[in-house]
Amino acid sequence: MMLTEITLGQYFPGNSFVHRLDPRTKILATIIYIIAIFFAETPLSYGILTAFAALVILISRLPWLLVLKALKPIWIIVILTMFIHMFTAPGEHVIWSWKFLNVTQEGLDLGLKMAVRLILLLLFSSVLTFTTSPIVLTDGIENLLRPFKAVGVPAHELAMMMTIALRFIPTLLEETDRIMKAQTARGADFANGNMLQRLKNMLPLLVPLFISAFRRADELAVAMEARCYRGGEGRTRMHELAYGGGDYVALALVLALAVGLAVLRWGKLCGLSS
Amino acid sequence: MSIKLSNIYHTYSKGTPFERLALQDVSVAIAKGEIVAIIGHTGSGKSTLVQHLNGLLKPDKGTATIDDMDITAKGQQAKAARQQVGMVFQYPEHQIFAETVFEDIAFGPRNKGFNEEEVAKAVREAMEFVGLDYDTFAERSPFQLSGGQMRRVAIAGVVAMNPDYLVLDEPSAGLDPRSRNAVFREIMALHKSRGIAIVLVTHSMEEAVKYANRMLVINGGQVLFDGEPAAIFKEHGDELVQVGVDVPQVYKLADLLRHKGMSLPEGIKDEMALVKAIKQAKGWK
Amino acid sequence: MIKIENLQHYYTDSDGNEVKALDGVDLTIGQGEFVAIIGANGSGKSTLARHLNCLLLPTDGRVEISGLDTREEKNMWDIRQQVGMVFQNPDNQIVAAVVEEDVAFGPENIGVPGPEIAPRVAKALAAVGMTEYAKHAPHRLSGGQKQRVAIAGIMALEPKCIVLDEPTAMLDPQGRKEIVSTVQKLNQEKNITIVYITHYMVEALAADRVVVMEKGHVRFMGTPKEVFSRVDELEALGLEAPLAAKVASELRKSGVKLPSGIITDEELAQALCQ
Repeated sequence: MMLTEITLGQYFPGNSFVHRLDPRTKILATIIYIIAIFFAETPLSYGILTAFAALVILISRLPWLLVLKALKPIWIIVILTMFIHMFTAPGEHVIWSWKFLNVTQEGLDLGLKMAVRLILLLLFSSVLTFTTSPIVLTDGIENLLRPFKAVGVPAHELAMMMTIALRFIPTLLEETDRIMKAQTARGADFANGNMLQRLKNMLPLLVPLFISAFRRADELAVAMEARCYRGGEGRTRMHELAYGGGDYVALALVLALAVGLAVLRWGKLCGLSS
Repeated sequence: MSIKLSNIYHTYSKGTPFERLALQDVSVAIAKGEIVAIIGHTGSGKSTLVQHLNGLLKPDKGTATIDDMDITAKGQQAKAARQQVGMVFQYPEHQIFAETVFEDIAFGPRNKGFNEEEVAKAVREAMEFVGLDYDTFAERSPFQLSGGQMRRVAIAGVVAMNPDYLVLDEPSAGLDPRSRNAVFREIMALHKSRGIAIVLVTHSMEEAVKYANRMLVINGGQVLFDGEPAAIFKEHGDELVQVGVDVPQVYKLADLLRHKGMSLPEGIKDEMALVKAIKQAKGWK
Repeated sequence: MIKIENLQHYYTDSDGNEVKALDGVDLTIGQGEFVAIIGANGSGKSTLARHLNCLLLPTDGRVEISGLDTREEKNMWDIRQQVGMVFQNPDNQIVAAVVEEDVAFGPENIGVPGPEIAPRVAKALAAVGMTEYAKHAPHRLSGGQKQRVAIAGIMALEPKCIVLDEPTAMLDPQGRKEIVSTVQKLNQEKNITIVYITHYMVEALAADRVVVMEKGHVRFMGTPKEVFSRVDELEALGLEAPLAAKVASELRKSGVKLPSGIITDEELAQALCQ
């Protein structure tokens, strides 16, 4: 896989209902959805979560392939998580065993559950980044963090750092690709050898990459200064954030989802029927 | 002895909204000892093409061979074949990583399995070729050199691998005229003394006519023209302009003078030849 | 507009030696003028450029922008808003991941009220012919397009002057043409003062005046005709005269009588074929 083909974290311009939502709504909704994921226990609740995510992707009119591709770089992590849970979870119904390894029904369930949770989490947050331009997203974060400024959270600085990081991720990926090719042409080997050897082999890639990143940072800082940047004080915004009708609807829906899942899980305990 | 690309296809970002067919049905052979200029506007596919010459990119369809050895194959033999092709990317100084000039240039030779004695010899010779004095520069940090010197260190790092073919992607980009000429002088000297084939990717038609004896014009992922530069400019001048490739200044000027009635011979390559031809046409001494 | 008097700039290099990057530069540039600055690497032209909007301050001598002294701190933001700067690497001056949001960066920094920013951005993008790319991601544009976005980012600050420091060094021929014609257009239609630093002599032909620098000094200056007729002097400085000027000079050397000031193909043809 070429590094430049990673789609995670990229913005996919559009004009759907989801695209037009206030970034704060989308961030809050994503947080609520992630909390809701951890409420889920039964296959039914997972089904509801999946259906909800699918509906959001549908409304956002993102190409399915693009969204699924966002999962590509983390497949390994998903599978690893699944296996770790499968082999380590305690349980009684052993369904497969080999030497000291035991897979129990409980472990399998848990492993699958964790994998599904991870996938849903990633799918939903990738919709957030796909439908929200990085600057707007950062605006949203800055805005949500503003109340915490009093306790020393550098809201603007954090936001600016994120903006720049997002802007330069594709550029640095392209650069990584180029340096890797150049060193490969000089006989460098990034794929073979033991851990230590590999780490050492990475130097011809990492050193130039860091130098380039620092040079870029340096030049960017000068360019920003030349464009009158002087921190967050007195800055205005082209698009001031404002909640609209759609935002309330979206927030209400995702809240309903979370409450619904909570009821499904704990409803009986509190005497509610479900 | 030659590199052969046969019926190559290459597509980027397959299966995404950014899918792009970069090469379609390209067949090219480059023989040892040639100087080939590859020209075409940005996005024409020329960079993709040259990356197939040493297996950095694998074709979706078609074959890439050096002396009948498939270079996209796995194994030591294929790797050795790929390493016959040195590759100098755009802004090669951005790939420098070692603490001293010597160590950086030695990286390629070491990977190629040279022993330390051979490495030292290869580094010394490569530095000589690019005009860097060994005693002055070998132990210095490459990062404290000027831009033009860093570029030479990077080129030396490829030359030190003793390749049979040397691919250079815009080796003069971003340099001032003086350094530009110096870099080309060194490349040409290398060609002359070692008989290395040079593949020169360039936007500058001046460089193409001045240095190359063969020119490939790439457009839309295909080879549009393949032949002697002067002949291509003469026969296909208008088509070149249409695909965003300029005609060298000296050709334009000669053409204008012909158009105004001066009788000048064909194939004037540089300004001194033009001056001579003008004097002849005018009957001046 | 710009007044430079006996400008000196010294700094200490990594070996501890004092370097005189600029050693007594005198130069006056009028409003609406298009000045090209040429010189070999290390001649001091980039250092000079950075003095024009307070990125560097004089070691000695003075720089005045519209009567404002760059050494006075209170003038700094005023000067940076009046004199915009475009750098060599198009990637390292674009801050945001969407074109229009990048163009808005400058106006946001100087506190232009939110609703007034969008029209400014639209105007700036129109001025460089990039309107249709307003919503695009910068890393997918060509070098020439990125550089035009950078120019738009400056135009949105409504400056009087734009300083371009080798804006075409990293571009292909198509991109170079785009930048030269954009800059010419801004100069002629919006009366923007242009200070244009370049290695490509052909680009300097478009200027009203060409300044030749060497070792921190202004070596000579004049109209393109005057400067590029001095073929041998340019070559001694490591610069190249246009082809027609070189041919004319060679012919003169062998005793052919030609009128002075031949720098374009047409002028040479005229002189030779009448």
